[in-house]
Amino acid sequence: MNIYIVDYGTCNLGSIRQAIDKLGFDAKIASNPKSLHNVDKIVLPGVGSFSQASFEMKSKGWFDEIKEHVLHRKRYILGICLGMQMFASTGEEGRQSEGLGLLEGTVKHLRNIGCARSVPHVGWNDTQIRKVGCLFKDIPNGIDFYFVHSYCLVPTNNNCISSIVNYDKEFVASVEHENIFGTQFHPEKSSKAGIKVLKNFLEL
Amino acid sequence: MLWNDLGLVKGKKFDSWRRVGTVLPAIKIYNSRDVDELLLLDIVANKTFYEPDYDNLNEFTNFCFVPFAFGGGITNLNQIQKLLSIGADKVCLNTVNYVSPTVIYEAAKKFGSQCIIASVDVKIVENEYRCFSHSGTKCTNKNLEHYIKELEDRGAGEVLITSIDKDGTMEGYDIELVHAVSSKISIPVIASGGAGEYKDMERAIKEGGASAVAAASMFHFTEKTPDQAKVYLKDRGIPVRIPFDNN
Repeated sequence: MNIYIVDYGTCNLGSIRQAIDKLGFDAKIASNPKSLHNVDKIVLPGVGSFSQASFEMKSKGWFDEIKEHVLHRKRYILGICLGMQMFASTGEEGRQSEGLGLLEGTVKHLRNIGCARSVPHVGWNDTQIRKVGCLFKDIPNGIDFYFVHSYCLVPTNNNCISSIVNYDKEFVASVEHENIFGTQFHPEKSSKAGIKVLKNFLEL
Repeated sequence: MLWNDLGLVKGKKFDSWRRVGTVLPAIKIYNSRDVDELLLLDIVANKTFYEPDYDNLNEFTNFCFVPFAFGGGITNLNQIQKLLSIGADKVCLNTVNYVSPTVIYEAAKKFGSQCIIASVDVKIVENEYRCFSHSGTKCTNKNLEHYIKELEDRGAGEVLITSIDKDGTMEGYDIELVHAVSSKISIPVIASGGAGEYKDMERAIKEGGASAVAAASMFHFTEKTPDQAKVYLKDRGIPVRIPFDNN
């Protein structure tokens, strides 16, 4: 199985790679979109701003490659944090930026969904499962994962939401739709539960 | 976890160091014991003036599957940027806050308060709490309560408060010290220094007002574990992250 972690320059990939390695899988880093040519599973991490990520990904040619593999060849993809937010059609952040459009929807600042608590949302928080799917297989309701973000994914169709988290307001903690998976939390920073989420994705 | 050149060490009252192994195995063990966060402090850094050991730190963060904070001799923003880029989630600033107080302010502005822990080491001198810099070797003239407020105003995301007197004794935290700090600021306070029993942690939270508790000797030298600590605290009404068992 060919697993690639996309490196578009926004974050440290070390612990994701080690986590996958610890689970007995072999993941390669893809620094070039063409590296994905024989991919089976894509891991799309990300830290930072939507507009910056959008710019980086578009200018390096990632958009077309990822859409081809995910939407046409139906390869599995796991987006983490900003990586999941990039699935949206657009992101709101000063100016509108284009996302991958893998899931219809947008990305909003937590303030703009009515969250009055201090932003960014940082720390452990428990998730509530909305849809029994693959990522949360054998993980009970109410388990904590590690979050650090200021924006959240707001999908047009709520059917893709597999779990939510509450931080003053409720918002998406994870999504699952056909071959598309994403987590707002960082599984590679969420101890054993996070490793289990990664394992569930890798075993698909 | 306290790091000197040779490996991990633990002392009493910031002295009489014992070796407790090397960093990577400790990280792996504490990961398996389901800690919520790991803090690695290089306690010789401000004597050597070397740059942080980025290569080793990169390896440590790769094997750490919980948030990882690093401190020890950090003096400027470039170092913080590099540490965050190699996988540290937070940095811990201590001596620099006395020597160059604008660094913490600039760092919080650039990287966000959420990745800045302000560490304060305190010892009782002539019946008063005094703040010490340089790994507990230099007594500063800072008034504890004013200084804590200053750190919050400058953008610290959290304050790590360590009692030098209680450190390594496993006789319990200095609850009065923890309370003196937590009652003055609204950012989270991490209690450190003296944990020996699970009930010490309960007291630090319920009586001291700490949002988090740190322990070292208790985990290095006794059979007590982070997951058991959480079960103890949860049974006494303190919200904790429930350990998840893969098996």
